[in-house]
Amino acid sequence: MTVKIGVLALQGAVSEHVKSLRASGADAAEVKHTDDLEDLDGLVLPGGESTTMRRLMDKYELFDAIKSFAERKPVFGTCAGLILMAQKIEGRTGPHLGILDIDVKRNAYGRQVDSFEADLTIKHVSDHYDGVFIRAPYIKSVGPEVEILSTYEDHIVACRQGRFLTCAFHPELTDDLSLHRYFVHLVEESI
Amino acid sequence: MAQKGTDTVKRGMAEMQKGGVIMDVVNAEQAKIAEEAGATAVMALERVPSDIRKAGGVARMADPTIVEQVQNAVTIPVMAKARIGHIVEARVLESMKVDYIDESEVLTPADDVYHIDKKTFTVPFVCGCRDLGEAARRIGEGAAMLRTKGEPGTGNIVEAVRHMRLVNSQVRKVLSMSPDEIMVFAKELGAPYEILLQIKEAGRLPVVNFAAGGVATPADAALMMELGADGVFVGSGIFKSENPAKFARAIVEATTYYQDYERIAELSKGLGHPMKGIDIGTLLPADRMQDRGK
Repeated sequence: MTVKIGVLALQGAVSEHVKSLRASGADAAEVKHTDDLEDLDGLVLPGGESTTMRRLMDKYELFDAIKSFAERKPVFGTCAGLILMAQKIEGRTGPHLGILDIDVKRNAYGRQVDSFEADLTIKHVSDHYDGVFIRAPYIKSVGPEVEILSTYEDHIVACRQGRFLTCAFHPELTDDLSLHRYFVHLVEESI
Repeated sequence: MAQKGTDTVKRGMAEMQKGGVIMDVVNAEQAKIAEEAGATAVMALERVPSDIRKAGGVARMADPTIVEQVQNAVTIPVMAKARIGHIVEARVLESMKVDYIDESEVLTPADDVYHIDKKTFTVPFVCGCRDLGEAARRIGEGAAMLRTKGEPGTGNIVEAVRHMRLVNSQVRKVLSMSPDEIMVFAKELGAPYEILLQIKEAGRLPVVNFAAGGVATPADAALMMELGADGVFVGSGIFKSENPAKFARAIVEATTYYQDYERIAELSKGLGHPMKGIDIGTLLPADRMQDRGK
């Protein structure tokens, strides 16, 4: 059975995720309204600006809808999506969704001139993965239930906690589908 | 080894802005209002385009103090404008670590023939375009993001509409052409052949294309999204309005929900008077910013 995965489409790299998910064998749909979540098996929170997404989530009740969606179903957050999922964010009082037991630092590598590409090893996924880091966060520490999947220069940049997957870089900006396939597989196993 | 300033990293940064609104601000306070309202980035300026028009004279890169204050005030990306062809203004902004440089016709050009060779920079650039020829030349020079030129500071959307429609129709033309036809089209447009071939292969422009130059209302922003813009720059409109915070939020929401007309009606209520605006036909040739830098 083909799983259907939504991509939060308030702002950011939405079409890239949709394309990668479809190429990875899933159905994909944009999520702009609460009822778009109804028939989905999983959800991607894309790269973009987390403050912008959060504001729009609050305004149209998507925030609570996504939180309760995440109580039952898999979620994959990339870059800004990682920030939305984290339980602790440096310099901010309180989390956004707070569904993933990680402590993160925003814009951790500096401004855009410090953005970079680096070769990564991602456990269960790939030995050579082109990690595209754009004003990226990193994960300072993780809780006991979290499996670290990838590190770059002593910082955690990808991890999994049960049905939740996250990375600090942008898999949607490369042609390498291995991480998207890993998430699609995770969603398939969840149903 | 980490590689900085690659095409993927420069263009990717603009991809992250998609569906968002980039707002012109002239101080830290405005930058905070913009961020709070949901802007995906701010453009730090000394004056907004409508004030540049009014002031006349030579418009230059903003005082670095303003850029710095805006950088310290927000966590979203900060962009800044350099004059067309002004290599040193661009290097100065790069050294200050602005996140994107707009090589902009809103400022008085420093070079009336050449644009900056943007490939030699680590910081990415956005440039204006009126047709696919300009778009492809700017990409050829290394621009990682495009925007329509429109006619800045007029509050009149007609030029941005013209430029967005023309670029998109010319892209569609390229997609329908064979390589030999593309060569002749490249000659007509004054566009690099290789860039047009890349468009043909990818089925789209290789960089995002935002709307800019004349967006004055939430409905204007939604119109540009409807016409295929990847996002919206708003210049003079927001902080010249009666309630900037409310106006900024309305533009952000109209851009995301651009086909949700009841919602646009709701959020367009009680915004006060928008910019008075200028009929393009009444502009003197010397006052047409879009004709600067080809």
